[in-house]
Amino acid sequence: MPGLLARVYVTPKRGILDPQGKAVEQSLQALGFAEVNDVSVGKYIEMRLGETPRETADARVRQMCERLLANGVIEDYRIELVPERG
Amino acid sequence: MRWGVVTFPGSNDDRDALHVVERVLGDQAVALWHKDRDLRGVDCVILPGGFSYGDYLRCGAMAKFSPIMAAVIEHARGGGLVLGICNGFQILCEAGLLPGALVRNRSLSFVCDVVTVRVETAATPFTQGCRPGDLLSIPIKHGEGCYVAEEATLNELEARDQVVFRYVDPVGRVVAEANPNGSLRNVAGVCNAERNVLGLMPHPEHAAERLVGGEDGLTLFRSAQAWLRCEARPEREEPRVPGP
Repeated sequence: MPGLLARVYVTPKRGILDPQGKAVEQSLQALGFAEVNDVSVGKYIEMRLGETPRETADARVRQMCERLLANGVIEDYRIELVPERG
Repeated sequence: MRWGVVTFPGSNDDRDALHVVERVLGDQAVALWHKDRDLRGVDCVILPGGFSYGDYLRCGAMAKFSPIMAAVIEHARGGGLVLGICNGFQILCEAGLLPGALVRNRSLSFVCDVVTVRVETAATPFTQGCRPGDLLSIPIKHGEGCYVAEEATLNELEARDQVVFRYVDPVGRVVAEANPNGSLRNVAGVCNAERNVLGLMPHPEHAAERLVGGEDGLTLFRSAQAWLRCEARPEREEPRVPGP
């Protein structure tokens, strides 16, 4: 049985100042990518969870996000659990 | 009075805070280590500036789980004084002892400057020696000092008089040009609802002696010192209980 891989995406909450996103957006537009709008810069975190059952893993990763990986005041998170490859 | 200053790995203003307490205030200064589990009887805990745990993940995110923080949180919940300066402010927000959060400066640049802050309320142990409207000249040095919170939280903070300091111009006006980091409503420091926990981005410990260019920051330490002395007096008047 392949282990589980957790992918966590942490992004600035909508409506919260995202100066990095703003700066990247302006740079992209300056480079001629005029179609670019609403850039938001976040974090991508990857974790190997071994043979943790999927339901347990989901609850545990959620706890990790709530307690450490994301700050609910300023950030949202999204979790993906996928089979670990090789 | 007894003050404790916590050193986390990456703290760098801990010595300055200890110096101010011991050499300027003439109080007892206790160096606390992040792995300690008790506060050794201090009256006020200072979480100093610096880059605890390398600012990894988010500023203050790791420090809030240091063993000492359980004791700091208990101290705060029991009404004990806690002062978070710069990284200390970030840690207090991460730990949930203060509302809001501190994010990257709007300019994306690190700022190192002397700013003017206006005292918004004298109703905290740290500002009781001031008058609302007093202007203090205090240094800042940070990359993530932009104070943010939801609109409703900000309104609540204002309604409850929890905004303690605001960035203002030299004559005391709240203007965009005086805002060094993009903080919402120019907020430079806030306290909790119980008013015993204060966090601010400016560094009062770097402005506590004329030798280093100013002593406006000393006001905060002196205020807290006076407040603690008053608290400690055994003959302190007990609140009058209405008779039957």
